Amino acid sequence: MGHLIEFKDIYKIYQMGGTEVRALDGVNITIDKGEFVAIVGQSGSGKSTAMNIIGCLDIPTSGSYFLGGVDVSTMDDDQQAEIRNKMLGFIFQQYNLIPKLNVLENVELPLLYAGVPSNERRERAVASLKRVGLDDKSKNRPNQLSGGQQQRVSIARALAGDPSVILADEPTGALDSRTGRDVLKFLQTLHQEGNTVVLITHDNSIAVTAERIIRLQDGQVIYDGDSHAPQALVQPHLEDDSEEVTA
Amino acid sequence: MDIRQSFILALKSLATSKMRAFLTMLGIIIGVGAVIIIISLGDGMQKLMSDQFESLGANLIQVNIFSSGSSRHVDDSDMYELVQDNPKFLKAVSPYVMVPGASVRNSVETFTPNSLTGVSEDYASIRGMTVDEGRFLQYVDVARMQNVCIVGSYINEEYFSGNALGQQIGISGYTYTIVGVLAESAESRKGTDDDTIIIPYTNATRLSGSYITIYLFSGTSKDTATSTRAIIEKRLQRIFQDEDMYMVITSAEMLDMMNSMMNTMMVVLVAIAAISLLVGGIGIMNIMLVSVTERTSEIGIRKSLGAKRRDIRSQFIIEAGTTSAVGGVIGIIFGIAMANVAGMLIASLMGQDFSAIPSVTAIGIAFGVSVAVGIIFGYLPANKAAKLNPIDALRHD
Repeated sequence: MGHLIEFKDIYKIYQMGGTEVRALDGVNITIDKGEFVAIVGQSGSGKSTAMNIIGCLDIPTSGSYFLGGVDVSTMDDDQQAEIRNKMLGFIFQQYNLIPKLNVLENVELPLLYAGVPSNERRERAVASLKRVGLDDKSKNRPNQLSGGQQQRVSIARALAGDPSVILADEPTGALDSRTGRDVLKFLQTLHQEGNTVVLITHDNSIAVTAERIIRLQDGQVIYDGDSHAPQALVQPHLEDDSEEVTA
Repeated sequence: MDIRQSFILALKSLATSKMRAFLTMLGIIIGVGAVIIIISLGDGMQKLMSDQFESLGANLIQVNIFSSGSSRHVDDSDMYELVQDNPKFLKAVSPYVMVPGASVRNSVETFTPNSLTGVSEDYASIRGMTVDEGRFLQYVDVARMQNVCIVGSYINEEYFSGNALGQQIGISGYTYTIVGVLAESAESRKGTDDDTIIIPYTNATRLSGSYITIYLFSGTSKDTATSTRAIIEKRLQRIFQDEDMYMVITSAEMLDMMNSMMNTMMVVLVAIAAISLLVGGIGIMNIMLVSVTERTSEIGIRKSLGAKRRDIRSQFIIEAGTTSAVGGVIGIIFGIAMANVAGMLIASLMGQDFSAIPSVTAIGIAFGVSVAVGIIFGYLPANKAAKLNPIDALRHD
């Protein structure tokens, strides 16, 4: 078996008011099992589009996306839903918990859609909440918890289904820096336990948490390598701006 | 997808926004309530009518003659002959002569009974009447125009303190002897069949000074009612040569006719009430569409976690179905309560033993229909929710 995630010549092109926007412009990426990768870029760089495609929330205009060796870029809605359910765990900036459901029910959701019987569902959700240290809050509603706690619930939910890839989209964006650090530390712990973690962020200081950085600019990969290399943190947009001015 | 959880969630969301839930369900509540009221009252009415027909005698055949003034007429002997000639179809006959507004005297006061009727000795068996005390009319009473009468239980109690038997009574100036008291048939109230006086029909024609215009036959069986009617009509046609001169009504056919009329009326009313169910369904659809928009991000979250289209669809359909089912239950309770209140009102207004009958079938169907309305009208919004693109849904806020 090859790479866990493989982008082969991925294009995502939108038509916006007559002009063509290339959100992803020929992207080739491979991520292996057990890696901790940060996809970094300014807004408009295409990182959100990349995240949507990795997360099977969107399909590319052209190119192929292999997840676990299976081409998922041509799947229909329901097939993608099944892939999301079995292989992906999402951590969102806004936590995306369902306010009507209590913490335990929120964590149970992916297992519910996986068709796990209710007893097992409960056990696994409780175990997942224990991992983030919130098993005592299982009957609380999300809005009764702090932001950091809510994000930990969403991590517990992402882990509940035992996914192949944990996909974190600006997971610290809505948190203060201390709780943000805790969340990043937890992602590192998950990585050390052998999980594959993909972190999407615009913030270099967060991106360095990962081992590897993939930097996107105007829909293209402009850096892909060690997060500790000096060039990993270069922000090339100033040069681009000057080019645009002269053009 | 867990149906139980969807159901509990739906109930919870109904409970959290009670006013909105109530307004959403209002159309269903009114529709189901109206259907239950109509069917309950209709069934009650039907039961009342068939009870009354039963008390008249199920095999009763009534002949009305409109020939007064014409040279052709039937008399009682023609009718007796008819019974003798057709023993397979007819059991007995009695002329029925009403003496309207007759004044009656006991030893102290003058009063007007609800009815003063002249009949033959067979009348009791035709109408299924029983005599509580004394006897009914006999052949000799009729043949010799004897001044004897039978009184109803109300008259017995009201004017004779229960000792009417053997007493004298004045009817339009003639003195009659009370020879029998009828068994109670309508709780001995004024204005009912218990407020009646029965005399020989020969006496009654003399009192009212008119021909006999009504004959009551008893047939041998309900099943032969139609052919029995044909036999009587044939004889009358031979005499009158004009079918407008007489009318033959059988209670069996009459009951059938009344029932089918009632049924038609109920179908029409239920159809009108069903429009309210339709409006209720549209109300549910409307609120579900709003709900889908409001909960776009929830749908996005669920989809990102692996909810398939059918999971989302069934969640919203269950929610719509639950809403309309709860509305249906409230409507059924409301309908039964209103039907009972209306039943009591009608009973007290008509002075009759009437009660609404909420049939289990009607309740079952009403509940089924209300659930179906929710599911049918919930389908479109649910499908809209199911087809939402997960990214658009996630970005909704």
